[in-house]
Amino acid sequence: MLRIGSGAGFAGDRLDPAVRLAEQGNLNYLVLECLAERTIALAQRRKLQNPATGYDSLLERRIAPLLPVIKKQRVRLITNMGAANPLAAADKIVELACQLQVPVKVAAVTGDDVADWIDPEQRVLESGKPISAYAPVISANAYLGAEALLPALESGADIIVTGRVADPSLFLAPMIHHYRWRLDDFTRLAQGTVVGHLLECAGQLTGGYFADPGVKDIPNMADLGFPYADVDEDGRATISKLEGTGGAITLATAREQLLYEVTDPLAYHTPDVIVDFSGIQLREVGPDRIEVFGARGREKPPTLKVSIGYRAGFRGEAEISYAGHNAQGRAELAGEIVRERLRQEVGEVRIDYIGSTSTHRKSFTPDVVPYEVRMRAAALTPTPELAARIGEEVEALYTNGPAGGGGVRRSVNEVIGIVSTLIPREKVATQVTIRELVP
Amino acid sequence: MKLKRKLYELAHCRAGDKGDTLTLSLFPYDERDYPLLCEQVTADKVKAHLQGIVKGEVTRYALPNLCALQFVCREALLGGVTTSLTLDTHGKSLSYALLEMEIEA
Repeated sequence: MLRIGSGAGFAGDRLDPAVRLAEQGNLNYLVLECLAERTIALAQRRKLQNPATGYDSLLERRIAPLLPVIKKQRVRLITNMGAANPLAAADKIVELACQLQVPVKVAAVTGDDVADWIDPEQRVLESGKPISAYAPVISANAYLGAEALLPALESGADIIVTGRVADPSLFLAPMIHHYRWRLDDFTRLAQGTVVGHLLECAGQLTGGYFADPGVKDIPNMADLGFPYADVDEDGRATISKLEGTGGAITLATAREQLLYEVTDPLAYHTPDVIVDFSGIQLREVGPDRIEVFGARGREKPPTLKVSIGYRAGFRGEAEISYAGHNAQGRAELAGEIVRERLRQEVGEVRIDYIGSTSTHRKSFTPDVVPYEVRMRAAALTPTPELAARIGEEVEALYTNGPAGGGGVRRSVNEVIGIVSTLIPREKVATQVTIRELVP
Repeated sequence: MKLKRKLYELAHCRAGDKGDTLTLSLFPYDERDYPLLCEQVTADKVKAHLQGIVKGEVTRYALPNLCALQFVCREALLGGVTTSLTLDTHGKSLSYALLEMEIEA
C-alpha cells in the first residue's frame, strides 16, 4: 500500500499539521500544494525584481521544521513551492539543509514557464480577445502533468520542488512512480487523479471548511488534522486522518470536496487524463475513513492550459463605519456621496455595506437591524494616484458627513490579473535539475 | 397547500471558483430528499434565485452516485478572483446564497 499525505492546501495554510503528519503518519509521500492561480504571477513579479527569488515566500518556514522529520521518517516531499523559480527554491532548500546539517537531495522540475512561446495574437479562453489585449504580460505558466515529475522521482530525491503543475498531478505522480502505472492506463490515472483532487485542499477534506455550528458540527477545529490516502495498485483508496487530531472525514465532507471547483463532472480535464465522475463511489468504512473508487478516464487533452499573468492596474479601497439608529441610511448616504465625488475621475466605484458588532462592541438596541454598517468603496484604476483617490474621498467624510462616521481604513494595491490560454503539449519541454547536500 | 422550506434546512452546499465561473455543489442531508432536490432545484430556478449574481448561463449536472447536484454558473464572479472588486473575490460565501432558496416540500 502507498500512503500519501496532504500537508498544505494553499500558500497561506497552517504550518504545523504537515509536521505532525510527517512525524506520525507513516507516510511514503507528503505533498504540499501551495500555488493558486495568481500566486505564481505575484512570484514572477518578485523574480523580476530579484532573480534569486520568485519561490513561495513561506518556503523556509515550511521546510525548516519538516526537513529533519522527513529524513528521519523517510518521507519524500513533493511541493509546488518553487512557484516562479523552482531552481532558486532548490538552492534555498540546500542552504537550509546546510544550516540544519541534514543531508538532502532536491530535484527541481522546470519547463512550465512558457512566456517565450506565447503568441500575443492567440485568444484567451475567458473573453476570446487576443493575449495582447492584456498588457503588459508578466508571466505565462503551463500546467504540467504528473509525467514531468517522474524523472525527479526516479532520481531518488528527498524533495521534489516544482512550479506550475496541475494540483492533482502532484499526488498522481508518486502513484504512477510507485505502481509503475502506464501513462495510457486512463482508468488508474483517473482514479489517482480523483484521490489527488480530494487531498489537494488539505483541511477542506477533513471537515474544516464544512463546519456550520449547530447544523454541521465538527470537533476540535483549532487542531484540524490534515488528510492522507492509502492507495492500492488499482488506484482504489481509503482517505483518513491521524487519530487524535481535530476535524472529521465523512461521506458529506468527502462529497463536498470531490465536486469542489469541478466545472464539468463528466469531463474533468487535467494534463494526465480526462476524468468522468459519474461512476465514482464513496463509502464509509470506519470512523473518519472513506473509501473512494469507480472513477473512469479517457485520453488526456492534446493541449495544456496556460495561466497568463498581466498587470491589470491598481485597486483602491476604503471603508468607514456607522452604528446605531439609521446606520444603514447614513452609510448609504456616504456611499452616494463618494460615488458622486469620484464619478468624473474614476468612473464606476463599487460600494458595499458590511457589519455586525465591531463599532460599539455590541448592539445597544437589538431591534435596530442592522445595528452597524460599514461602507466600503473600491475601484480598479490605471494608476496608483487614481486608486488613492478612493481613500481620500472616504476619509473626507470624517468632517464632511454624514453624521457619526468613524474608523476609516484605506489601501492601494497593484492588481495582477490572470487569463488562460492553451498550448500544444509538444511545445512544453520539462527538465529536472538536482541539487544536493551530501553528508 | 405545500409548505415552503429553505434549502438550508435540508441540504448543504460548497462553492468553488474557476476564473469567472462559480460552481455550487448541493447535497441533501437525507438521501431520501435527493429526488425532491432534482425536481425542485432546476438550473432555471437557480438562475432566477441568483439573479444579480450570475450573469451567464447555469448548467446543472445530476450525480446520483454522489447524491449530488452540481451547478456551474458562468460570469458570476465579477471577473474572477484576480480582478474582482468584491470583498469575497473567490465567491466562496455564495454557497449560502443558494441555501437561501425556497422550495416546496
